[in-house]
Amino acid sequence: MPLQTPPLRGVHAERGAKFTEFGGWDMPVEFDSIRTEHEAVREDVGIFDVSHMGQIHVTGPDATELMQRLTSNDVRRLEVGDSQYAVITDEEGHIIDDTVVYRLPDDDEAVGEPTYLFVPNAGTDEATHERWISYRNEWDLEATVDNRTDEYAMFAVQGPNAADLVADVTEESVTDLSRFEARYGTIDDVSCWIARTGYTGEDGFELIVPWSEAERTWSLFDCQPCGLGARDTLRIEAGLLLAGQDFDLESNPRTPYEAGIGFTVALDTEFVGRDALEKVSEEGSEERLVGFQLIDRGVPRHGYDITNTEGRVVGTVTSGTMSPSLEKAIGLGYVPTEYAEPGTTLQVVVRGQSKKARVETTPFIDTV
Amino acid sequence: MSFEIPDDRRYLESHEWALEENGTVRVGISDFAQDELGDVVFVELPETGDDLTQEDEFGVIESIKAVSDLYAPVSGEVTAVNEDLFDAPELVNEDPFGEGWMLEIDADDTDELEALLSAEEYEDQIA
Repeated sequence: MPLQTPPLRGVHAERGAKFTEFGGWDMPVEFDSIRTEHEAVREDVGIFDVSHMGQIHVTGPDATELMQRLTSNDVRRLEVGDSQYAVITDEEGHIIDDTVVYRLPDDDEAVGEPTYLFVPNAGTDEATHERWISYRNEWDLEATVDNRTDEYAMFAVQGPNAADLVADVTEESVTDLSRFEARYGTIDDVSCWIARTGYTGEDGFELIVPWSEAERTWSLFDCQPCGLGARDTLRIEAGLLLAGQDFDLESNPRTPYEAGIGFTVALDTEFVGRDALEKVSEEGSEERLVGFQLIDRGVPRHGYDITNTEGRVVGTVTSGTMSPSLEKAIGLGYVPTEYAEPGTTLQVVVRGQSKKARVETTPFIDTV
Repeated sequence: MSFEIPDDRRYLESHEWALEENGTVRVGISDFAQDELGDVVFVELPETGDDLTQEDEFGVIESIKAVSDLYAPVSGEVTAVNEDLFDAPELVNEDPFGEGWMLEIDADDTDELEALLSAEEYEDQIA
């Protein structure tokens, strides 16, 4: 299958980016060096092209009910311009995907009919769109569901100086937006959806821009371009999950409680997976995602075994890296809850050798 | 982008270089290889006294994003290991042909180096 290309593929190549396949997309992994890009975001500001993320638009009289019954959080709490992190679960309460749900302003033609835009992960937009359509039909709800992934580019401008930069580029004020608030703004006559969200642990914004205006808009941000490499080191330090890696319905099915994101579950709402999750919430989980640091020299990687101090395999590393900010080898992985307490000593098996590790609280760094 | 390829040494297809002087062969990885890997954060090297066989793995290099095996350009005994790399693996990025060297091998037979690529052949390979 040919790779999908983001609208800025040519601009990135011109800038000297290296590319990688991610979720079926040909995406920039590195522009200068992961360390340089990572530090720009932690200390100043950087911009990421995240156009591989999906965009699904849901509107109509029953849009709220459809969103409520297919995502774990309480959509009714969203006023226009709010957003929330949520997961999409199956009947067993296992995470299919994680997403951010934005409530857009009502359409002028249909005031009173709520409109949502949500952002599933790269490569999952088609399946998610089908899921929404199929449940809408089954439940006989009145809502229009459009997959707009190919209509929008998405940029993340992140770092302590992101607010100043985005404020300079947009015509409207954005610095008054709180975390997870969003509004339409104008960049060089282009209308974009500007949200104070991100995936780095820093302050920052995500901008959803018409695909056809992507190049013009991108060029107005005078800051370090960053690739998926730095996006990964930043999100691991912030203890944020990567779909398909830290949970995966096929290879590593996990509930939001096991994954440490129980806060996305509103049990006082009705949604697919809710009853299973209520049971898990009452009985507790046997395993839990933890952060850890390698004490011995080495770098933990996805798929490495985690053992207890007797050498018995008790878990698996789901994400790991050498942290550029901490200059320590850190990772995430699932272990039985008896080993989940910060300070617990474990081992990670790196190429057949056991390396001492210690469970740490996440996020590993101070975050917004 | 163009990469440095000094012609005073020979190269493996797997991007290690070998610089021979009086039967001792110094080993590292090329400028192209360090650029492909990105920020080097970890190297695992053999110990002095270990015996290596040409084209066998002798260690591992890890960048933030990738793990890569290292291959011996000649057979022989390891006589020196660049221990500076344990605390400063970024030397491989900064100076791959100089301070980023990894090993010295007392070669069993320097004729083995004939099987390696010349600078010109290596340049063609990475072009």
